[in-house]
Amino acid sequence: MPDNYFTVSQITDYIKELIEVDPLLQDVWVEGEVSNFSQSTLGHIYFTLKDEGASIRCVMWRSLAERQVYLPGDGEAVIAHGHISIYEARGLYQFYVDTVQPAGLGSLYLQFEALKERLAAEGLFAEEHKRPLPPFPRRLGVVTSPTGAAIRDILRVLGRRYPLVEVVLSPTLVQGDEAPPQIVAAIEALNRYTDVDAIILARGGGSLEELWAFNDEGVARAVYASRVPVITGVGHEIDFTIADFVADVRAPTPSAAAEMAVPDREELKATLASWSERLAQELARRIKEKRRAFKAEEEALLRLSPRAKIEGYRQRIDDLMRSAASNLGHRLALLRERLRGRILQLESLSPTGVLGRGYSITRHLGTGQVVKSVAQVKEGDRIGIRVSDGEFTGTVNE
Amino acid sequence: MDVEELSFEEAFKELEETVRRLEEGDLTLEESIALFERGQELARYCSAKLDQAELRVSKLIPSAGGYEEVPLEEEP
Repeated sequence: MPDNYFTVSQITDYIKELIEVDPLLQDVWVEGEVSNFSQSTLGHIYFTLKDEGASIRCVMWRSLAERQVYLPGDGEAVIAHGHISIYEARGLYQFYVDTVQPAGLGSLYLQFEALKERLAAEGLFAEEHKRPLPPFPRRLGVVTSPTGAAIRDILRVLGRRYPLVEVVLSPTLVQGDEAPPQIVAAIEALNRYTDVDAIILARGGGSLEELWAFNDEGVARAVYASRVPVITGVGHEIDFTIADFVADVRAPTPSAAAEMAVPDREELKATLASWSERLAQELARRIKEKRRAFKAEEEALLRLSPRAKIEGYRQRIDDLMRSAASNLGHRLALLRERLRGRILQLESLSPTGVLGRGYSITRHLGTGQVVKSVAQVKEGDRIGIRVSDGEFTGTVNE
Repeated sequence: MDVEELSFEEAFKELEETVRRLEEGDLTLEESIALFERGQELARYCSAKLDQAELRVSKLIPSAGGYEEVPLEEEP
């Protein structure tokens, strides 16, 4: 018994790992003929792809199969994409398919990739070449089928958002072999014979073949050469055509293209209302400001006027007089006081005042002189005595 | 220039400029009033244009000299 042996599971895991780390086997296109096609009750589809030398079992899960417009039939040549893995329980390797189409289309994908690379290298997709859309287009060109959902959707969106724009439809086929030259002519006609501000190039949803005209090289070059900016709105969100890469702006659908082409009038009206409001507010503010400034000037002027000066002077005179008057009164009072003082002094000194205190004035009736000393009288002289309230006579006795 | 003769874009842009000038400018009261009145006239004009109901659509078809525009009939 050898030392290094594996279990079935281990060896199977080993093989599985080898396959799963291989990048090619995880993302591969395989072409072959279909046989043994069947669909299980759960909806998963099983078939075999074969050629002369080999065959490979294929599985496509229901969720992926449901997305297919095309389902392979026995005997058909197809090209399928998916990854390889191992079904351990049965010891099988299988091709897990995520997309399958008739073999002819495989070359379409390759063509698409090749053209895309070539035009990119030439610079047709360059950002610098792309022009901005006019914010307020006056006239809009539309290149699309005159019937169908695309034009109806576009006109509906434009009518709702910005009906003042004028639309010029340049009609064209949008699928089939005749479509590319017509699309080119339609774009050129708008450029040459009208004054549209932008062009919408549109087509409703469809398969790769139905959208194929928008992968045409001539169409790509016409979009690039257009003097007027081009907005593409082709197919659905997930569809990208060569025209989308060349366009100045790519929209996911025709309706979205119309929305990008024009502003929304409700938003514009809101802006207009806001500006109107600001104008009114600003004017009111300025008037208020002017009034305030005017009042301040008026007040300053009044302060400087002659009338004001006269009033001022009058006031000053008044004040001065009042203070002068109070000064004068003060001095008069002082004088009065002094006068009273003097009067009192005088009164105390005056003879009559003295008389009031009990003193008398004696006079020699003979000589008429006031007697101040005893030497002036002798016994028997007649004297007059004056007191405060009168006079009487007397004789000196000794 | 008469407001009626302006395109929507010209009127809209002039209104924006008018608001800016009124808010920022060193203006006399007469100038402020004049700007205000012009601004309101522009706003009314723009609003009226936006309220226009019908989208005008024409079709470009080949004709003698090249191409010409004709009115579009109702789509089927």
